[in-house]
Amino acid sequence: MNYNFNWSVIWRNWDAFLNALLLGLGMAILSLLIGCVLGLLLAYARTSTSKWLQWSSWAYVEVIRNTPLLLLVFMCYFVLPEFGIRFLDKVESFILTLSLYAGAYMAEVFRAGLSSIPKQYVEAAKSIGMRPWQRQRWVVLPVMFRITLPALSNNLISLFKDTSLAAAIAVPELTFTARQVNANTFRVMESWLTASLLYLVTCYAIALALRAVERRYASIR
Amino acid sequence: MERGTFLYEVWVARWSLLSGFGITVSSAVLTIIIASLLGMIFGIALTYGWRPLRWLIRLYVDMLRGIPVLVLILFAYYGLSLFKINVPPFWAGVIALGAFSTAHIAETIRGGIQSLPHGQTEAAKSIGLQFHQTLAYVIIPLATRRVLPPWMNTCAEIVKNTTLLSIIGVVEFLLSNQQAIARNYMVLQFYLFATGVYLLINFTISQFGAMLERRFAHLRY
Repeated sequence: MNYNFNWSVIWRNWDAFLNALLLGLGMAILSLLIGCVLGLLLAYARTSTSKWLQWSSWAYVEVIRNTPLLLLVFMCYFVLPEFGIRFLDKVESFILTLSLYAGAYMAEVFRAGLSSIPKQYVEAAKSIGMRPWQRQRWVVLPVMFRITLPALSNNLISLFKDTSLAAAIAVPELTFTARQVNANTFRVMESWLTASLLYLVTCYAIALALRAVERRYASIR
Repeated sequence: MERGTFLYEVWVARWSLLSGFGITVSSAVLTIIIASLLGMIFGIALTYGWRPLRWLIRLYVDMLRGIPVLVLILFAYYGLSLFKINVPPFWAGVIALGAFSTAHIAETIRGGIQSLPHGQTEAAKSIGLQFHQTLAYVIIPLATRRVLPPWMNTCAEIVKNTTLLSIIGVVEFLLSNQQAIARNYMVLQFYLFATGVYLLINFTISQFGAMLERRFAHLRY
């Protein structure tokens, strides 16, 4: 292979790449937050006493986890408008998709977290006279957050990588930008290597940052 | 068969849908075979390999786990020809999917091997087994049993990831559905149909996994 690299193409489009990266990160973080709320609700539904809630939570998680994300993206983007749900733009529709997707994964994480909280904690909280919602707020949720933190960071990294699928509906994120640059300049190696490296570095940075957070919070004393 | 009903439209598009289904299944099966074989070799090399080889594989695995699979697919699609490898999009996609899943399976298998109790290999040594015998009769069977659940998950992931081949123009099942939609505008029906079929494929995989787990239950300890 004798390929003459010409990186000037990348410097010329550097702003586009950087904005694309930030857009992807933003979409991933927002989806994780919304997904956390959804996942928490699903986990509570799963551990509730009502059969109906249990079953619907299970069905939701199974369906979302066994459906290709690209299909979900198209569902939100093409099918919802048919039902009068018109989004302001593509980015919002994609964030909705990713949130629904993240919710299903977070539900599993939180369910495991809820079931791994030692019984004594709840007992102790009861014994000092905490109300049920106080128990959740001051005992169950903080402990669960610490237990599930590693899984949360893995999920954030996965979600960041999944934002690449927004390229399919022409959201100008990293993959789409690389494809555009590739199409405009025919510099195949430069565009894709840049995208790959930006993804790699960002994933690594997220991992490092969250490892620091984990060290700070992970131990339950 | 009434004209204009969903079933009629499916009947009209039957060959395209069937061939799309065939492409999805064949690309998934090919990827699973490639990734499982290479992943096993890489996983064993990661644990017992010659040190520089281990570093190389570690580099490969960490790199591929930090890049979205879509980027790899597009990179392969646009970039393989630079290496004088001229392959149709289907193969470019399978190569990219295979490379990506290999990294994931290698990591799973490394974890599986390292989670084996030391006593197992010690026992194998004590009855005078050579290293390769220990590998063939003790480590691989036990580790395989141990990584069955995550390996099945990866297989389901692979089936979901084959949808990304539609982005490089391979007419797999999702794209064949979209072509049908382009003809008759039945957005919801066809996307739900596609979702149902993917659920069915993944349900079959998980049933198969459960069966394997029951069959090899004697390898648990």
